[in-house]
Amino acid sequence: MGIDRRSFLKIVGLSALGVSSGAWEVLQPGEVDAAHGHAAAEHVEKAATRWAMVVDMRRCKDEKGCTKCIDACRLVHNIPVIDNPKREVKWIWKEEYEHAFPDSHNEYMPDELKETPFILMCNHCDHPPCVRVCPTKATFKRPDGIVAMDYHRCIGCRFCMAACPYGSRNLNWINPRPYIKEINNEFPTRMKGVVEKCNFCVERLAKGLQPACVEACHCGALLFGNLHDPESNVRRVLRSNVSIRRKPELGTHPCVFYLV
Amino acid sequence: MYDTGKIIVGLAIFVGLVTSPIWLNKGKAAPKPSPKLDTPAIQQLEKKECVESRQFMRSTHMQLLNEWRDRALRKGERRYINKKGEKIYISLQNTCMKCHSNKKEFCDTCHNYTDIKPYCWDCHFIPEGRKTWASTEGHS
Repeated sequence: MGIDRRSFLKIVGLSALGVSSGAWEVLQPGEVDAAHGHAAAEHVEKAATRWAMVVDMRRCKDEKGCTKCIDACRLVHNIPVIDNPKREVKWIWKEEYEHAFPDSHNEYMPDELKETPFILMCNHCDHPPCVRVCPTKATFKRPDGIVAMDYHRCIGCRFCMAACPYGSRNLNWINPRPYIKEINNEFPTRMKGVVEKCNFCVERLAKGLQPACVEACHCGALLFGNLHDPESNVRRVLRSNVSIRRKPELGTHPCVFYLV
Repeated sequence: MYDTGKIIVGLAIFVGLVTSPIWLNKGKAAPKPSPKLDTPAIQQLEKKECVESRQFMRSTHMQLLNEWRDRALRKGERRYINKKGEKIYISLQNTCMKCHSNKKEFCDTCHNYTDIKPYCWDCHFIPEGRKTWASTEGHS
């Protein structure tokens, strides 16, 4: 015997109810957690440590032509020196104010500020766009706020380079090894076809050391510390000085602060 | 059945060709690899034992290295506690290769024998192997 019209409608009605009860939760007022990026950010907020950098440009600007931080980083991380700007690899570098802070630039500001090269590096954002777009999770956010890279997983798709609004990432277009001037045997190199960037010296932090650039800076322009400790060096400096950050309007919440 | 003779001859040639590697290489078995352990660092050790037992390292070093990689990089744990309870710093370059500084006589012997090409050395350093980096390779 086949199903009659009446019982068919009953089944359809009940099924519709069942399906819609699942959808009910989504339709409820309140925020839907659409991306796991949010969950990661909450995790970061709970953590005891949140590493951050403060760059005091008032001290840095007096040291014209100083490249101690850049050289130290190059040595410690075996970064190649490639002259071609299309293929260069940089973890920490210099850039003019108007390029570093394109939205807060105006022609009447002090010449000093316009001419001083700013020290730039990966901002280790709270909401890193590079992490969201990485298809292999080669780049990820550690609980202590560092946006780290697992070069073993990087497939060189360069989505992260497109996503990063700070230009902090570079692809190894060629084998970097012949371009490394001085070699640190304790740290690996990278290979052709992977993206690399500043890692806030995780390998040094694990040993209780400060990042190499901070250690190399002799004028005290670089400060590294825990943003979640109200009494830390960075928090004290940020409390008593006006600081700016690169492109905060993008909502990435960068964690490299500049004092000007 | 037509052309019996041709088919049988054809089959015989085919079987001969397919099995030719076996006949050609008969009696020429590659020697069993014998990885060397006599590096200066190992000779200085009082007790010549690796991170785990010899048997474990022989069969499971690849899994251990994968685990080390994920632990150090992704979890930030750089201490490994072995079965004897000793703490070991997790690092291929700074722990493994400090003792096994003879990659050619150690790693490569078995890897070549089994035709395995691990890509560790694309990034990690072979101890004192820098001379092999061609300094003229691929100009920008």
